Amino acid sequence: MKEPFYFNTRITQVELLGRVARNVKELLEGIKRVPSSSIYHHTHKYLEQHRFFSPEHPNDFSYWINTSLGLKKLAEKIASVDIIQFSDIEDLRAKFIQILEDYLKDSFFLRNCIPSEEFRFLSSKIFVLPTPFVAHNLEEFGEALKRVTAHSFYFHMFEARLRLKKPDNDFSCWLRDQGYVRLAEKVSQLDPYTYTLEGLRRKLIRLVEEEIKNVR
Amino acid sequence: MLDKYKEIVGEEVIEELYLIAKKLKDITIQNINSTSFGGGVAEILSRVVPLMRELGLNVFWDVIKADNRFFKITKKIHNALHGVDLKISKEELDYFHQINLENANNILRKSDIVFVHDPQPIYLVEKKKKLKNKWIWRCHIDFSSPKRDIWKFLKKIIERYDLSVFSAPSFAQSLKVRQVLIPPSIDPLSDKNKPLDPAYIEEVLRRFGIDKNRPIITQISRFDYLKDPLGVIKAYRLVKRYLDCQLVLAGGGAADDPEGAKVLEEVKNEVASDKDIFVLHLPAGSNLEINALQRASTIILQKSLREGFGLTVAEALWKEKPVIASSVGGIPLQIAHKYSGILTYTIEGTAYWIKQLLHEPDYARRLAINGRRHIQNNFLITRHIQDYLLLFLSLYNPQDIVYL
Repeated sequence: MKEPFYFNTRITQVELLGRVARNVKELLEGIKRVPSSSIYHHTHKYLEQHRFFSPEHPNDFSYWINTSLGLKKLAEKIASVDIIQFSDIEDLRAKFIQILEDYLKDSFFLRNCIPSEEFRFLSSKIFVLPTPFVAHNLEEFGEALKRVTAHSFYFHMFEARLRLKKPDNDFSCWLRDQGYVRLAEKVSQLDPYTYTLEGLRRKLIRLVEEEIKNVR
Repeated sequence: MLDKYKEIVGEEVIEELYLIAKKLKDITIQNINSTSFGGGVAEILSRVVPLMRELGLNVFWDVIKADNRFFKITKKIHNALHGVDLKISKEELDYFHQINLENANNILRKSDIVFVHDPQPIYLVEKKKKLKNKWIWRCHIDFSSPKRDIWKFLKKIIERYDLSVFSAPSFAQSLKVRQVLIPPSIDPLSDKNKPLDPAYIEEVLRRFGIDKNRPIITQISRFDYLKDPLGVIKAYRLVKRYLDCQLVLAGGGAADDPEGAKVLEEVKNEVASDKDIFVLHLPAGSNLEINALQRASTIILQKSLREGFGLTVAEALWKEKPVIASSVGGIPLQIAHKYSGILTYTIEGTAYWIKQLLHEPDYARRLAINGRRHIQNNFLITRHIQDYLLLFLSLYNPQDIVYL
């Protein structure tokens, strides 16, 4: 018998690392030294905070470079890093390091932010919990997708791949195991970083409903 | 009691709390602070502890015993941590140490986790080695620019704990122990925050002689220099030249704050002849009156010079009031400027925005609506309890990803 899909959810505990940056050089040093959970936190926190609209700067580094240092071009470069292309946080960290090092090579002076606007490195620890939602087939899966919290949806879509280091998001893995290979591929090919969380949920529900119609 | 929160935060949030609490059912936790009433810490503990018990946790709350001399010293430590330039002598620090040790011999229960709140009981940790249990130090105050000497003194003690907790990212320090971020919260069902009958609100206004038909500007806080009550009066006077309004300065005193009476005296002298300024020194337990005063207000101020978190801001926003507050401590986490309230830096700026909001009630209303939504999502007691449960669990689960 095929395994049902158990929906989990997760809660985050935010940690303060006590490291601050006042300029690009210090930001670079911080990015080099903080744990990978910190890089993950600063590049993913916004996805849950802004469930219904997309913020202009989709990660904390780019937001700070823009608002506190006023370096719009650099902020845009950092914002444009295509996170979906990275299956390992360390590769993502290396990409940020490369962009900041390139910028520093061509910069003659360092601009400091005003006191109290320093970048403060945070990190996060996650606690994974079961939810009452279980899907034994595609119909139940589609229904559950409508009802689970945004935190649960987020956990299976984002955290599974980059933080838990699974080969794919949890939904695609389960769909593939159930024999819905084409649907699994479609879900894998979505770029979740270019949707809002609720927009992504709607898209996934639509794909599942189309598949149910086709099967019938 | 927890069931009543379902209507406000949703059933799944409460179910999650029960699920996490199950993992802690064999753990005993002792909270220790320096006062059982007055101030934000006692208020939060008085709500959080019973709810945690309802979740099935073995939680206790004890208060250290100390004299006025000790609290004068801890007030100096508190002010120095807030960046005030003052000297604390070796004798004072020795006495601070001595009272902590006396309490350590009497107060500590057999527990798995000792949860110490703020600097007053910080030295109790000297017993950690003997008791072989876990210790957490929870800092409720603004730690962003402590004076060097006092920070050096406290840092060594904090680093004996297993874990430290701060209310805002800007309070983080370079420490050898883990630092967890947990903002405080308000309880939407407490006497201070629950919905009130309009007739009761009017009765409170009548009792204090406040005119309900003219704008009411209010600051609720302890009488403390760091809350800048004299600055509030100056801002009000700048507004009063152009607009007929009233000012309410209301608050109680905390048992661990011997400076309060002096500040209250100065405030009373300052307003002696102005019949539209109401200085209300309320006795402990006046939560319904405070709630009524906030609900009756047109604008609420929190013009603190320093602030731990400034929970009065969350209280005011929860009541859907436009708030003008200083950009200090945890206040910027509660107010996004011009979206969910107004952040100011000066007396003149505060006066300017009071006039603006009195002239533009529709804009003030929009700020208030956004403010309430923000508090609902981020600063209610259920989120706070969840954070504490995870905090306790994290002492036994050092890994980044914990499966419960």
